[in-house]
Amino acid sequence: MTHWLVMPVILPAILAPFIVLAARYHIGIQRTFSLAGVLAMIGIAAGLAWTASDGTIMLYQLGDWAAPFGIVLVGDKLSTLMVLLTAVLALFVLLYAIGSGWDDRGRHFHALFQFQLMGIMGAFLTGDLFNLFVFFEVLLIASYGLMIHAGGNARLRAGVQYVLFNLLGSTLFLFALGAVYAETGTLNMADVAQRLALVDPDETVGIRLAAVLLLLVFAIKAAVVPLHFWLPSSYAEAPAPVAALFAIMTKVGAYAIIRVYTMIFHPDLDVTAGLQTAWLLPAALLSLAIGMAGILAAKHLDRLVAFAVIGSMGMVMVAISLFTETSIAAALYYIVHSTLAAAALFLIVDLVRTGRANLDLTAQPIIPGAALTSALFMVAAIAMAGLPPLSGFVGKLLILSAAFPTPHAVWVWAVVLISSLIAVVGFSRAGSVLFWKAKSIPPAEQATEVAQGPTALSFCAVGGLLFLLAAHTVFAGPATTYMASISQQLFNPEPYISTVLDTPGKLSTPTEGH
Amino acid sequence: MELLVASAIGILTAGGIYLTLRLRTFPVILGISLLTYAVNVFLFASGRLTIGAAPVLTDGIERYSDPLPQALVLTAIVISFGMTAVVVMIALGSYLGSDDDHVDDPASEDVK
Repeated sequence: MTHWLVMPVILPAILAPFIVLAARYHIGIQRTFSLAGVLAMIGIAAGLAWTASDGTIMLYQLGDWAAPFGIVLVGDKLSTLMVLLTAVLALFVLLYAIGSGWDDRGRHFHALFQFQLMGIMGAFLTGDLFNLFVFFEVLLIASYGLMIHAGGNARLRAGVQYVLFNLLGSTLFLFALGAVYAETGTLNMADVAQRLALVDPDETVGIRLAAVLLLLVFAIKAAVVPLHFWLPSSYAEAPAPVAALFAIMTKVGAYAIIRVYTMIFHPDLDVTAGLQTAWLLPAALLSLAIGMAGILAAKHLDRLVAFAVIGSMGMVMVAISLFTETSIAAALYYIVHSTLAAAALFLIVDLVRTGRANLDLTAQPIIPGAALTSALFMVAAIAMAGLPPLSGFVGKLLILSAAFPTPHAVWVWAVVLISSLIAVVGFSRAGSVLFWKAKSIPPAEQATEVAQGPTALSFCAVGGLLFLLAAHTVFAGPATTYMASISQQLFNPEPYISTVLDTPGKLSTPTEGH
Repeated sequence: MELLVASAIGILTAGGIYLTLRLRTFPVILGISLLTYAVNVFLFASGRLTIGAAPVLTDGIERYSDPLPQALVLTAIVISFGMTAVVVMIALGSYLGSDDDHVDDPASEDVK
């Protein structure tokens, strides 16, 4: 058994205390170790993704205890892809945090950043529902610290909302886990999937309740309307690099829905039939509509981007809730796109903030570095709104074509197309007010000292994210082929289940004399 | 016993939700604490209720209670304790900074 699979969790877990203990007063050393850790993580994640790409399902039994009693980490195509995406995103976010000096405006940014990565990686890799809860808590408690990094009343206030909402979500998660355990007697995902077949068809109330509760919990994480209330304030007030890193956190919810509802409560299961299309699809369409309308309605740039995140999560959830092989593949393509696009937009919001008094969408004097910032904003807005030529357009086409054969095609097409139009209008309004009208406003008289523009490293970080978006578009062919193979693996969970349950460990091979 | 445990969970949950909807930090934190108590008892009951049954494997004992929910509850208690401490600190900071203990957004922010 190789130990590579546990490394994405172990590496930040060792690095973060080291940064706190040994380098707490030296921001330079902290930066070096944090960057080195993220680079090593990208290497490990790429290796894992490469190993999984031929269909291998990697299994890591902690302490060599066999499932379902031991804790297992499982690496299949989906989880390794998400781990790689997180690691790459983390690199650019970290570069921006260093370039803009955000990491020096409060204490322990790098340590919390590593703990956050640990939680996200663990949530993607775990094969056990209770450990999913534990890793959710790990990533949440780090995110509480990051959310109020650099302080300030507005941020603390948004932080209270964010923490309270997530505490309620965690409580709901525990209720869901209790219901699952009471019905099946296990929390290992593969084992639950197997035992659901044995549930008495006349007594399915408990398991249906568990399925709905779990869906609610993951929908909270994914900010699906009407469970999105925590998102706008907290993402708008969080420090820019933190908000950019949070772009992956809503995807954790989407990942959990894909994982649990393809393997455990899969669409053919009679017990939970109709849950996805009858409940999840309308909610997803609603969050798409509300998110995109919010782009047009927002009065501040940071709120605008937060609503764009809700809208793009709505798009992802629309694709997921159709639950066909093609729609899940489309959803995965769009998840990668929307993570990168949302992160880039949050960083651009911060670029705009330097040199402006506030983020109101009103005409104000030209900001330093406006030419480059406005160009980056335009590219990111095109990507987010889903105009050609960038990957948002490709992703949207994939989702529309996946929806075409389903009976819900009319609704999906109507909402997706109309809401995209609204998003385009909203982004172009914001862009023209922010950058074009700035020329007509004379610079303030009393501003004697020239405001410092963003550093080159900040621009490089945003540019890198946009470059990845472009690459995601250029290599859309291979990417969609790979997403389709992931989806195919998800809809045939037997190898996953048998790998998890049939691999022997300590418990299953008792030695003589015990 | 089932009736007692179930109604206790129900009452705790109802009280917790009521307090959470008050939207001031102190009642909300109390409400969330009540909810975590409710969920801990619920998790404990998910392994079936028994009286006088040992959770540890020992020779000569016939009846066992399920040890796993107890492990789950233990983890859940530790996590919820930590989280409550965090939220108390952040809420205190927010209250002292802005002299206002409302949880929802101030109305003026979106109106202007």
